[in-house]
Amino acid sequence: MNPLLTVSGLTMDFGGVRALDRLDLCIHHNEIAALIGPNGAGKTTFFNCLTGIYVPTGGELLLTLPGKPPRRLGGLKPNRITEQGLARTFQNIRLFPNMTVLENVMIGRHCRTRATVFGAIFRPPATVREEREIVGTSLALLERIGLADQADELARNLPYGAQRRLEIGRALATEPRLLLLDEPAAGMNPHETLELEALITSIRADGLSILLIEHDMKLVMRLSDHIFVMDYGRKIAEGTPEEVRHDPAVIKAYLGEEADHA
Amino acid sequence: MALLTRTDLRQALITGLWFMFLTFPLLVIKVDPVERTVLWRWANLCWVGGASCGISLAVRFWLAWGAARQERIRLGLAPTASGDPFRLLRQRRVALPLLAAFALFLLAFPALFSTYQINIMTTALMYVVLGLGLNIVVGVAGLLDLGYVAFYAVGAYSYGLLHLHFGLGFWTVLPIGGLLGALFGILLGFPVLRLRGDYLAIVTLGFGEIIRLILENWSAFSKGPSGIANIARPGLFGIELSLEAAIIYLYYLMIGMVLFTVFVVNRLQNSRIGRAWYALREDEVACQAMGIDKTRTKLTAFALGATWAGMAGVFFAAKTTFINPASFTFLESAIILCIVVLGGMGSIIGVVIAALILILLPEYLRAVADYRMLAFGALLVAMMMVRPQGIVATVRRTYTRNHLSR
Repeated sequence: MNPLLTVSGLTMDFGGVRALDRLDLCIHHNEIAALIGPNGAGKTTFFNCLTGIYVPTGGELLLTLPGKPPRRLGGLKPNRITEQGLARTFQNIRLFPNMTVLENVMIGRHCRTRATVFGAIFRPPATVREEREIVGTSLALLERIGLADQADELARNLPYGAQRRLEIGRALATEPRLLLLDEPAAGMNPHETLELEALITSIRADGLSILLIEHDMKLVMRLSDHIFVMDYGRKIAEGTPEEVRHDPAVIKAYLGEEADHA
Repeated sequence: MALLTRTDLRQALITGLWFMFLTFPLLVIKVDPVERTVLWRWANLCWVGGASCGISLAVRFWLAWGAARQERIRLGLAPTASGDPFRLLRQRRVALPLLAAFALFLLAFPALFSTYQINIMTTALMYVVLGLGLNIVVGVAGLLDLGYVAFYAVGAYSYGLLHLHFGLGFWTVLPIGGLLGALFGILLGFPVLRLRGDYLAIVTLGFGEIIRLILENWSAFSKGPSGIANIARPGLFGIELSLEAAIIYLYYLMIGMVLFTVFVVNRLQNSRIGRAWYALREDEVACQAMGIDKTRTKLTAFALGATWAGMAGVFFAAKTTFINPASFTFLESAIILCIVVLGGMGSIIGVVIAALILILLPEYLRAVADYRMLAFGALLVAMMMVRPQGIVATVRRTYTRNHLSR
């Protein structure tokens, strides 16, 4: 069976700067993969290429859902990519601050529902049912991420950790096959990080694959099945947490030349 | 008075002096070209200085009082009352009788007032519809549109021209005007899809001017600046109405139109599409990443907003029975935008109130005719200082209670 996501030769140039340099990687079904690397290595750029915010300069992105032919993602608009089954969170939280917590998740249901302008105005039974389904599913998701009590709160009033969780909840509402998390634990306290870890594990238990960018190495080592290491837009290493931990190239990238002898 | 510091007093004094300086040429000097004399009205200067100083002090006191109260709430010394003065109005018990009284007043309006007053009220209601339409684009979807009057013109001219050339009646053209408005909305929408904020505002401003200039200069098509006259008033099953009856009839039609607009706009806002508009206003990138088609969502906002302008335009042509391009200047767009901003972005009831205030107030301020625009401007400035979120701030709809009680 093909891997869920195959990236081959992905290149992204910004003028003369090559942010991604012929990146190859595979993410398998129901796997937690992590993307690590020093600041400016191109991790978020990779996410942006993957989700259609940037159009990659070269290379190929192939998504294979179970029982379906592979699909090219390169050049698709972000909303089409989300429809294909990729959903993401953002490094600097991008919720809809003046909408309620519940509405934020309901927005995630948008691409899985069909109501048109006609439906909005005349509210035929189908639309009423759909609307009820949206609220029901969204509330269930809030229950799951532990925010059901704050459903009617405005998103901007949530504490930081809760906002991060809400972003995950909103992404889950789009029914993704692959969930992309951009530094989900950034700024969290140890307790919140533990909750996050439990959440990510439970998402994987539902059959989803997860790719996360993260700087909290302990979390990455505990969670990941497979780790990719990037530096200067290139992949410098990959493997299980154990392999990556002892890879000389990785140690060099993180600690500099001196560390070779350590 | 302990709330006001010496700085406040000084600032108020400076404000007073500044206003005296600012209004000096307007309020003090009066040139009489016939008598060839200059009249110096120094008393006015004192009035302006005193009034602006006093108002400034009052505003400062009010702000300081509010801040002190917030501080007390923060320290737990005062009960945490919500600062929303419309809290009471949101309770069904209070809102329903008020609404009923207001409805009764509107229904009885023609019986109580002269045709002049009815005409003004009809105009105000027209602006309610325009405000609600623009509210979709600016208030809900967050797309700053300064050329909204173009769609109003499209509606008015579609009735004028279709009536002139094909003899089509009001009721036939009303939906056509709406559709043409929507069509032009999409036409404008396409080139501005990638633009946001200031850039969008400038392009839409240009679009509005283009439509007006075309109407002004393409005489073969639109009869140019001389306009189109003798447009028929709305028909009532072929009955001939006297002028007075026609005015009253149009007033009731306009009430119906407003109700229809409020109904549809309310449903739109509380739908899948309405939520997508809000999300688009909040964060475009996140919006797309959540699977919302930016292009389609923006175009529907433009089209549905313009539909109301188109229909209001048909009403306008039917009311005045004469249209020319001078009615569709940028000032109109600005007033409609004021209605939306003053009412509260995205708030239906706010827009209705603001439209009534903004259109009716200048009419009734005619008593102080010379200074009514000055008073009007001052009101806008004061409003934005005191309540920048608009008369009625939007409150997000909650879904949980309905769902649990089901």
